[in-house]
Amino acid sequence: MNITRRWLLAGVTALFAFGAGSVTAQEDSIKIGEINHYKRMAAFAGPYKLGIELALAEVNDAGGVLGKNLEFIFRDDQGKPGEAVKIAEELMTRDGAVMLTGTILSNIGLAISSLAAEKGYVYLASEPLADSIVWEKGNEYTFRLRASTFMQASMLAEQAAASGAKTYATIAPNYAYGKDAVAAFKKALLALQPDAEFVTEQWPALFKIDAGAEVQAIERAKPDAIYNVTFGGDLAKFVREGTTRGLFEGRKVYGLLTGEPEYIDPLKDEAPEGWTVTGYPWYDFTDGSNKAFVDAYLAEYGERPGIGSLVGYMTVQSIAAAITRAGATDADSLIKGFKGLDVETPVGKIHFREQDHQATMGAFVGTTAIKDGAGIMVDWEYKDGADYLPSDEEVAKLRPSK
Amino acid sequence: MGLFVAQLLTGLANAAALFLVASGLSLIFGVTRIVNFSHGSFYMLGAFIGYSLMQVLPGAIGFWGSILLAGLAVGLIGVVVELLVLRPVYKAPELFQLVATFGVILVIQDLALMIWGAEDVLGPRAPGLKGIVRIMGEPVPKFDLALIAITPFVLFALWYLISRTRVGVLVRAATQDREMVGALGVNQSWLFTGVFFLGAALAGLGGAIQLPKGGADLLMDFNILASIFVVVVIGGMGSLPGAYIAAVLISVLNVFGVAYIPQSTLVLMFVVMAVVLTVRPYGLLGREEVAGEHGQVGEPDKPIKPAGWMARIIVLIFLVALGFLPFVAEPFFTILATDVIVFCLFAASLHFILGLGGLVSFGHAAYFGGGAYVAALLVNYANSPMELAFLLAPIGAGLLAVIIGWLCLRLSGVYFAMLTLALAQLVWSLVFQWDEFTGGDDGLVDIWPSAYLSDSTAYFYFTMVFGIGGILLLRHMAHTPFGYALRASRDSVRQAEATGINTKRVQWVAFSIAGAFAGLAGGLFVFSKGSIFPVELEIAKSFDGLIVVFLGGVKTLSGGVVGAAALTLVQDYITRFEYWRLALGLLIIAVVIIAPKGIVGSINALFRYRFTRGGDEVKE
Repeated sequence: MNITRRWLLAGVTALFAFGAGSVTAQEDSIKIGEINHYKRMAAFAGPYKLGIELALAEVNDAGGVLGKNLEFIFRDDQGKPGEAVKIAEELMTRDGAVMLTGTILSNIGLAISSLAAEKGYVYLASEPLADSIVWEKGNEYTFRLRASTFMQASMLAEQAAASGAKTYATIAPNYAYGKDAVAAFKKALLALQPDAEFVTEQWPALFKIDAGAEVQAIERAKPDAIYNVTFGGDLAKFVREGTTRGLFEGRKVYGLLTGEPEYIDPLKDEAPEGWTVTGYPWYDFTDGSNKAFVDAYLAEYGERPGIGSLVGYMTVQSIAAAITRAGATDADSLIKGFKGLDVETPVGKIHFREQDHQATMGAFVGTTAIKDGAGIMVDWEYKDGADYLPSDEEVAKLRPSK
Repeated sequence: MGLFVAQLLTGLANAAALFLVASGLSLIFGVTRIVNFSHGSFYMLGAFIGYSLMQVLPGAIGFWGSILLAGLAVGLIGVVVELLVLRPVYKAPELFQLVATFGVILVIQDLALMIWGAEDVLGPRAPGLKGIVRIMGEPVPKFDLALIAITPFVLFALWYLISRTRVGVLVRAATQDREMVGALGVNQSWLFTGVFFLGAALAGLGGAIQLPKGGADLLMDFNILASIFVVVVIGGMGSLPGAYIAAVLISVLNVFGVAYIPQSTLVLMFVVMAVVLTVRPYGLLGREEVAGEHGQVGEPDKPIKPAGWMARIIVLIFLVALGFLPFVAEPFFTILATDVIVFCLFAASLHFILGLGGLVSFGHAAYFGGGAYVAALLVNYANSPMELAFLLAPIGAGLLAVIIGWLCLRLSGVYFAMLTLALAQLVWSLVFQWDEFTGGDDGLVDIWPSAYLSDSTAYFYFTMVFGIGGILLLRHMAHTPFGYALRASRDSVRQAEATGINTKRVQWVAFSIAGAFAGLAGGLFVFSKGSIFPVELEIAKSFDGLIVVFLGGVKTLSGGVVGAAALTLVQDYITRFEYWRLALGLLIIAVVIIAPKGIVGSINALFRYRFTRGGDEVKE
């Protein structure tokens, strides 16, 4: 028992000592609260954080913003929306952050966006894709950087409409993102090609795909083309079973996000060939700002950038530009700073739209191929996000009135 | 016809890995009575280790050798876990060990991230089995056929081991009555270690053998957990042939589900489990629990008594101090305190049925999330005022608990726990899947309290009134005649019935009350966060509740509350660090080993030891 007590005491003392040692933030800097699922989605959040740090170094070397250093406070939300809301409050009320950013998962993005509107915090949703963040659930305080589900699905639908395929099968994880992605693709495709027909829709449980069964079910429907939304481990299993069983032979396949390095790299030499996908062909840039970013990233970290790296980098660029434009860091000024903001980024100039706070960052669309034992995109093209958004009237209908 | 056969073969092939992993879990549970939450982690380790070995060892021999070596390695890791983590806590209250296994999950997650990195790895294909064969015109992967052929051999080998060898005799004897096995002079410790080795090795084999059909990633530990529990329960806990039949049943049904009702992928498994348990309460091949094995083992509990005046004054001072928090601390601390109180109420409600009633619910999140969703749906669709929605949250959750309680209480022990888990999963998948109504994974947002509570200080006082009020009310109920009846039903059903207590009804009412209070916590939660998502209904949330109750001390009155407060505060602090899961996991394991009676239980024991030094209390 005595030993036990001594252990307990030692443990408690150690814990407090640990706490005293934690760093307090620099006083004369502008702080941004960055919330993400650093552990739960390590493969995506890691490159994203590196992208942020690269851009921060550049911004601060160039004199910072408003004469101060820009600083990010990184916090892990364990992948739980409730936790993210608590951390957001702490960042804003205790750590002195002037605005919030981050999240990959859409549900957490929505939770923070709702808090932002309630408490009057500015939030830049950097990576979450859900359309509702800027539309049905959009609010005055929330902005979004990355091309949304709707925009990326529309880019693929455009390619699909040009292919001549008539019958389609869809396969998407059985949750909000998958359903949005299928609905957006259907809507865009039917607008371009009214006689397109969807012969089967498959909904595997997220990260629990029964790939053999899914492939058999799609094969049974004999579609001309397949629209794939699965990602991560599900994608790997689907591709392997599909290739083994000959599902993709003679069929066009459209893959949302499939060409992003985070998703295609793990497939190595078994990456699907000839799929039309959205992604990020970092290996293929020969000049311009895209190349400059990739080179700087490779020089700094010695590992390949992912799409997350690009988004992280652009997040810092957008925030720095907005603060500079606003001239102050209170919420009202920041909103003015973001609305209608133009930012020069690696992919070109992007614009934060006034009508729905969506940035016009686009996506790279191309065809998958294998080179040196790795999946890549060839014949790719950068599609400007501005061309894949609904009309202003439609957007006005989607967004809640103030 | 050809397609039908091909689908059947797909199902059989999918059953292979599932059976291997589930049989390990079933063995471990059968002999040691440990519900091993970390079994999914062993599966994940098997996949990663198998992958790494396959990079080094060439050819077909290397491939199959890697699978075997991965099993062996994971078995040895299992032994390490058993010796270091579980052996010190075998004497703790029943199911306490699951807290330790939860700590193991966290540790393995971070270690795997450190060793193999964040990126998913794709498993190599099996040499010589890369192609397909056509069976009645349908393509069937060769590797699928290999899996179908291997599984019966594994089953046969296990069957031989269990029913034809001396080790098997001991294992079977321990499954039925481990005290007797001990009394007959068998070294139980090494038997447990051996079974843990075998169980973990099977999980590792399962992880390695599925590599050619997928790969390894850091989420696979939790992703397989629910399905292997379902397989073990449908088959009957401790029954290997049962696990095989259940694995085949689930896998084959799943294949046909995918083909004919594609939306069914989330619920099918749990529907099957609920149906099987309704018809055969102990699974397909399981045996009825031996009476006395569940409920309370070890020394009988001391009678509980209301807190003395000393304790009351301390609690009162603490509450007054808490009331002054907004005046002395930064605003964030009132928000943190709100979170802590909400989680404490949730834990207290679980503790009410778990500690006082001996009813282990693995699905308590259903009522927490259920209450939150009732309130959120009312606000979202009926535009109801916050007060009304808040009031209906506990009522709605209570009604849900009435229904689920009625279904589950016909079972007892671990089967009861598993059925609560299955039904909670049904609620979860309903919410997750019915996007048009519940918003699916994107949840319901903009659920904020009325204007006068929108300030976080005001909401903190609101939470104090209802949260702490609820906790005190639950505690008070323990001292009422109802509380006595509930404890009587826990300690001895026969004697309780003999004194005229309708034990099932008492348990049913208690279950419903616990559900209602969890719903109250959910109502407080949703208005403090402004949004609700299906994650609050997930298994992980139920596990969080279980862990804090055991960590705090299941046999004490305040264990749940203390455990919840401690864990929330530690978590808030520790997640600021890079490898927080490793640190938290080690911390949980340390607490489990140092304080096997839970935090409160051990502090009590310490006090009693001091006051009665040399007296009859000293057992350690």
